[in-house]
Amino acid sequence: MDNIIVVKDLVKKFKEVTAVNGISFEVPRGEVFAFLGPNGAGKSTTIKMLTTILDKTSGHITLNGFDPEKNREDVRKSFGIVFQDHSLDDDLTAYENMEFHAALYNVTTANNVRQHRIEEMMKFVELWDRKDSMVKTFSGGMKRRLEIARGLLHHPKILFLDEPTLGLDPQTRNHVWEYLKEINKNENMTIFFTTHYMEEAEKIADKISVIDHGDIIATGTAEDLKKQTSTETLEDAFLALTGKNIRENEATGLDGLRSDSKMWRRH
Amino acid sequence: MVYVQIAKCGGVTKMQAAYILWLRQVKKYYRSKSRVIGSLGQPLLFLLAFGFGFGSIYQKAENGNYLEFLAPGIILMSVLFTALFSGIEIIWDKQFGFLKETLVAPVPRINIMLGRTLGGATVATIQGAIVFLLAMLFGFRPQNISMVFIAFVFVFLAALLFTSVGTIIASKMDDMQGFQLIMNFLVMPTFFLSGALFPLSGLPPIMKTFIQFNPLTYAVDGVRGTLTNVFAFSPLTDFAVLAVVTCILLLLGSYFFEKIQA
Repeated sequence: MDNIIVVKDLVKKFKEVTAVNGISFEVPRGEVFAFLGPNGAGKSTTIKMLTTILDKTSGHITLNGFDPEKNREDVRKSFGIVFQDHSLDDDLTAYENMEFHAALYNVTTANNVRQHRIEEMMKFVELWDRKDSMVKTFSGGMKRRLEIARGLLHHPKILFLDEPTLGLDPQTRNHVWEYLKEINKNENMTIFFTTHYMEEAEKIADKISVIDHGDIIATGTAEDLKKQTSTETLEDAFLALTGKNIRENEATGLDGLRSDSKMWRRH
Repeated sequence: MVYVQIAKCGGVTKMQAAYILWLRQVKKYYRSKSRVIGSLGQPLLFLLAFGFGFGSIYQKAENGNYLEFLAPGIILMSVLFTALFSGIEIIWDKQFGFLKETLVAPVPRINIMLGRTLGGATVATIQGAIVFLLAMLFGFRPQNISMVFIAFVFVFLAALLFTSVGTIIASKMDDMQGFQLIMNFLVMPTFFLSGALFPLSGLPPIMKTFIQFNPLTYAVDGVRGTLTNVFAFSPLTDFAVLAVVTCILLLLGSYFFEKIQA
């Protein structure tokens, strides 16, 4: 089986801080892969390097056969992504957000292929009847579903989801995973996701890697991890692997931005 | 290097990315009626307060009609403000996460930046046109109606130039903390030291030097000259300076935009 993601000795340093400390792993094509770790463990930084948003300090990455720094556009065409934070344009309608994405990813307009694909994906996440509503009128769950539909629009080979179900109610979470499992099966699309919900990782993922302090400390199926730590649940296994201390996240400039954003929001 | 990228992405398929970003800017402008109306308050106030307030003094000094002198300056004031803030809007996109959607798209960043910048410049030009009509309402009359089109070439160049300045600032800035700084040390001096409000003759040399290095000066002169036939420099000088500075700032803007890591 070929590996759609190959990471070898990957390092990312921000000045003195080492966010990712020489990790290596592979993800086979078509697999659902969960990346678990406490806050600040290096999950998001790794996803950012895989998705060309950040440049690595050293090491090797191959994604769908391409190098994210040398073949940026080939890599970008290969994946879809649902970011941890909101990334829709609130001042455009749901349909316009989809159209925007389709234009950026050059989904062809010939024979109405683009319109059909947008319709198909919006129906898939059950938002077609709200296509002309402004995104700012959507609930958190609806926005998430739209982001997923958008991420799938250009038939990516791999979908990255950074805590896709954070802050969603159990119904919506269940829904979201049903969609994703379906696409994973039907199109053999690889899914790479991070989450803090252990039962989610256990239920959905074929394989789990646990990362902490920038190092991968365990990899395997949920069963493997439980066996390895002689624990009953994945949550206990996770705590056994990463310890029970609460992580203090250092606030970044962007966090300040977010707290300002409420004040500045123009609607 | 940038030229090679432009050449590489010259195909129609990739220009549609620039187009969709342009469309987004224009759509959002068109939809926010409060923004359109709100941003007309300041030029309106300047036209009224300065235009009528100083009008009689200006006339006594035998300089002619002050409103006629002032109107081009106020048109460019609103272009300066709108363009700069269109550029700075990148910070809002950083803040609300939308920027990432464009940064991971399989499109050269320069296309993204060009689309945005052209969109911002278009919006600023429309804003300038509205202020132009407003000035007409208060009695401003261009000498030659056929020159209005040429005047708006200058307006558009200025719009492009200051949107690029906004892009450069926003690419380097992570939050709005420095916003007041930009307002007080960049926008206001650029406006006041541009000959928008007063003629350049008889100024102290140090002020004159500042004014000569301010690109807005040439935009003001270009628009004022084409609308009222009074040039401080020459239309060719104005155009050449604006074109060159705009090109340099566009290149700088795309360079800094390229460097954004989210």
